[in-house]
Amino acid sequence: MNNLSLLLVVIVLSVAGYYLGRKRSVDVVRGEIRHLHSLPGYYGLFVALWCGLPALVVLAVWIASQTSVITSLVVSGLPPDFRSLPGEQLSLVINDIRNIADGTIVSGTRDQALYAAAKHYNRLKVTGFLAILAVILSICIAGLGLSKRHIAPSMRARVKVERTITVLMVLCSTVAIFTTVGIVLSVLFESIRFFNQIPITDFLFGLEWSPQMAIRADQVGAAGSFGIAPLLTGTLMISGIAMLVAVPIGLMSAIYMSEYATDRVRTVAKPVLEILAGIPTVVYGFFAALTVAPFLRDIGAGMGLDVSSESALAAGLVMGIMIIPFISSLSDDVINAVPQSLRDGSMGIGATKSETVVKVVLPAALPGIVGSILLGVSRAIGETMIVVMAAGLTANLTANPLNAVTTFTVQIVTLLIGDQEFDSPKTLAAFALGLVLFIMTLCLNIIALYVVRRYREQYE
Amino acid sequence: MNRAELNSHEDRLQLIKSKLKWRYAKENIFRVSGIIAILLAVSMLAILFISIIGSGYTAFQQTFIRLDIKFDQDVIDPDNKKEPEALSQADYSALVKTALSKMFPDVSDRRERRDLYSIVSSGAAFELRDMIMGNPALIGTTQQVWFPADDDVDMYIKGHIQVEAEGSGRIKESTVQWINALTESKSLKKRFNTTLFTGGDSREPEIAGIWGAVVGSFYTMIVTLALSFPLGVATAVYLEEFAPKNIWTDIVEVNINNLAAVPSIVFGLLGLAVFLNFFGLPRSAPIVGGLVLTLMTLPTIIIASRASLLAVPPSIREGALGVGASRMQSVLHHVLPLALPGMLTGTIIGMARALGETAPLLMIGMVAFIVDIPTGVFDKATVLPVQIYLWADSPERAFVERTSATIMVLLAFLLIMNALAVILRKKFERRW
Amino acid sequence: MVMSHDDVFETVGRPLLSDGRIKISCRNVNVYYGNKHAIKDVSVDIAEKEVTAFIGPSGCGKSTFLRCINRMNDTIKDCRFEGNITIDGENIYDKNMDPVLLRARIGMVFQKPNPFPKSIYKNVAYGPSIHGLARNKSELDEIVITSLERAGLFNEVKDQLDHPGTSLSGGQQQRLCIARAISVHPEIILMDEPCSALDPIATAKIEELIDELRQNYTIIIVTHSMQQAARVSQRTAFFHLGSLVEVDDTNTIFVNPEHKLTQDYITGRYG
Repeated sequence: MNNLSLLLVVIVLSVAGYYLGRKRSVDVVRGEIRHLHSLPGYYGLFVALWCGLPALVVLAVWIASQTSVITSLVVSGLPPDFRSLPGEQLSLVINDIRNIADGTIVSGTRDQALYAAAKHYNRLKVTGFLAILAVILSICIAGLGLSKRHIAPSMRARVKVERTITVLMVLCSTVAIFTTVGIVLSVLFESIRFFNQIPITDFLFGLEWSPQMAIRADQVGAAGSFGIAPLLTGTLMISGIAMLVAVPIGLMSAIYMSEYATDRVRTVAKPVLEILAGIPTVVYGFFAALTVAPFLRDIGAGMGLDVSSESALAAGLVMGIMIIPFISSLSDDVINAVPQSLRDGSMGIGATKSETVVKVVLPAALPGIVGSILLGVSRAIGETMIVVMAAGLTANLTANPLNAVTTFTVQIVTLLIGDQEFDSPKTLAAFALGLVLFIMTLCLNIIALYVVRRYREQYE
Repeated sequence: MNRAELNSHEDRLQLIKSKLKWRYAKENIFRVSGIIAILLAVSMLAILFISIIGSGYTAFQQTFIRLDIKFDQDVIDPDNKKEPEALSQADYSALVKTALSKMFPDVSDRRERRDLYSIVSSGAAFELRDMIMGNPALIGTTQQVWFPADDDVDMYIKGHIQVEAEGSGRIKESTVQWINALTESKSLKKRFNTTLFTGGDSREPEIAGIWGAVVGSFYTMIVTLALSFPLGVATAVYLEEFAPKNIWTDIVEVNINNLAAVPSIVFGLLGLAVFLNFFGLPRSAPIVGGLVLTLMTLPTIIIASRASLLAVPPSIREGALGVGASRMQSVLHHVLPLALPGMLTGTIIGMARALGETAPLLMIGMVAFIVDIPTGVFDKATVLPVQIYLWADSPERAFVERTSATIMVLLAFLLIMNALAVILRKKFERRW
Repeated sequence: MVMSHDDVFETVGRPLLSDGRIKISCRNVNVYYGNKHAIKDVSVDIAEKEVTAFIGPSGCGKSTFLRCINRMNDTIKDCRFEGNITIDGENIYDKNMDPVLLRARIGMVFQKPNPFPKSIYKNVAYGPSIHGLARNKSELDEIVITSLERAGLFNEVKDQLDHPGTSLSGGQQQRLCIARAISVHPEIILMDEPCSALDPIATAKIEELIDELRQNYTIIIVTHSMQQAARVSQRTAFFHLGSLVEVDDTNTIFVNPEHKLTQDYITGRYG
């Protein structure tokens, strides 16, 4: 709420700046607006921007750094025996301090030092708030005053305002770049720390994955093993099953919808596919675990097969259902982009509809279809919730789809959920898996987008 | 036409004719397989809905048990302090136990007694506390109170679990007898399950609700919308209307297209590494969830917004420029209003996707068990899809139906949002 | 001149032939697109091994009528056909008439060259292979080469049969499409404004080709250009607002039209 009130202060001052600047510009020319270079509103905006923007930047920096600044101040004020605690214990202490400061009761620790620290923490918070309020107020008022003084009939307020807006828009458009850079850096950085502890060759070529680190250092099997081979095969198997379901069904329904279906069929089938596309993956995951997996197990039992209740087949099947609308809508676009004249040419020579589709339309649309399949694979590899809820946790290096296998995403989730120590290879391994996942999907996406783009150009 | 040629014409037609049957068979197979594909898709959706509704509709009702509670002064407030602190510390479960014992006086065995006490939800004590805290005048009186039954009793009433031989199941023969007795005396009935909609999360299915998750989702969506809409529209306007065609804008474009296809869990890793560990923002908070989902939703909004800007014909821009407007004015005053419905549609669709997103939120700790209803974007919270994940993982049978019910609620929200997008598109659809 | 859409013109000239040269005969043909009456009661005979040109202002229904002859309109939704068209006395709208078989007898060349995105060879081999006309590779080779030769394209492409058909120039592409149409040895070739997308030189080549093809095929050509009709056709039919206004020998139509509308159109007063 504190931050919200600061934001309100800035907004109110900016609005005030707008009216002051506008009034000022009218006053400067004694109401003869035609003497102004720009409309009065632009002078108002000019002042409002000068008043609000710098303050907003300062506010954003403050909000982002507030917690860490205050925490480090509190920590430096703690008695030395606390300060020398190892990382994760220190963070527990800090958590306790915060909880005491918030008034929520903590059980166990009744250390006076913590209460003192909590008081210190609260004091710092208040001081920080007052300080930032003062800073923001002065920035706003300074910006307002200075920019107001600048107002003169010859000042090109519109140009300046528009230039500022353009710069803001450019900044917005860089968010996408920063996101990618952020992803690459965060994943890469932690992965490098991981590879400092576990050799990269073990990671890439190891055949065993059991990241369960021992609780005590002297326990047996303390090291854990980090070979991604079983994860890779598991991921590929589930994605493969998914594509075996999604590609034929998705492609055939796209073909039927665009080449055969009457309007009535289309008005029913299209929304169905759209609904399938809109269902959250967690729902599919629940469906897989609740309905599909037990169903397959029962069928397997009936045939004398031993189907795991977390079989790759169940997860893959449901993931396939999820990807059907993805394949069908992309393929539908691509198939519709094939010019009608090609169909006419084929029909005109006496081909049946299916011959036209198979021998003319599909080959013509092939690059686009391949692109959409690649995007589908990329989605399957990166899909998380279905496999988290329906696939297994233990890494089996197997080719039997009736067994439980695990995937990259399942392991990332299991490694990162719950309490984590940030320096253990177990946690860092999640980022290394994330890196592998990112690279795999990136390659697929880039190839797919390139292929689809080339295809579009061919018929445009 | 000479004779030979006529013959060859006839021969050729005969040849073609002889193969027609087989070709039409193939044609039919092809067409039928298209129909089968669509039927498969439709039936899968149907199965999904049927299995979820089938396993979830019972969650909208909950079994309640009526007890005559004597608010005994000796138990609640023996020293007659009448202070809230003292009242809140009292042993209210004793009141429930007394009432139950009175109802079934022949139960004497200790183990049986424990079973008897457990047919009413352990939340009953809290309910009584709240009653007394709200109205201390009740002390000393006897009131009829309806308590939610324990989840096992509820599941038995709904027929999800049965009594099993040698008492191995979750419900025992004796409990069933009590239930029958209660039913006969009209002290047990099913009512609409309001707790499901008003309560926070709980380990006890019968007092667990989704309101905490709904509020958490709401805050997360507010943050996402507040950030992604302006950012997305500004980016789209810049790229479509102002950006020069150069390497830089090419990179931005490729980037956006690629981000749209990056797995969502990778965004979660980004959120964990950057927002939590680097900036030190609070774990499990909607603000972080909103930030992560913003980055995820941005590409969708940007792509949709650009498409709707592209649909505005150049004549509009030229018209505005022609009467002396600056480029910025022509865009802000003329192009943007026309493109806005399309942008809103794209935003709603993006928000719907964000509302159903789970994986990245697991990474930033929104998966914690949180009982309290969040009051702001910095509070610890969870969201609807994560609640589904959490409950789906719980072993209690009663959570299965609650998970399905939550899914129905989530799907209802998504349906409303998508319907809104469709209406918006229909209403403002314009062809030039 | 103001006319409502519902005007139906009595056809003048010589729509019906009495000699034994009739290849196609159409009687009382009506076509509707939904509520739109696109072809209004057209009756005409088409002579064998002759070029018949359909002319008229755009939207007059001449392409629609052309597409009735190989039942290409079947593929268009809410298109309804009434009337009678026979080829060699066989009713093509008969229940037992197979559209696939029919289209194997009638080749079609479209407005825009539409070679498939395959090699030149495969473009021409497409028809014979779907119909199973060649027993082996060498027979197929022979069909492809003869068709390309007949379309006057073989010498230009004989070294690049494996190049994509789309890599050819516009005129070559159109001749490739003609080669594709004659590869299944049809009796009739329908041409829907085959030169509208081509430059004058390519057009001249196609017209030359049409003149040669008439030795072996019955050809109907829809054209916008009256000069073209005059150059390549023996008979000309003038359509207006879905009606067939006048049919006669090309010479008669161009020199001495009977109907005032035809005269106005020919002399360029409208159209």
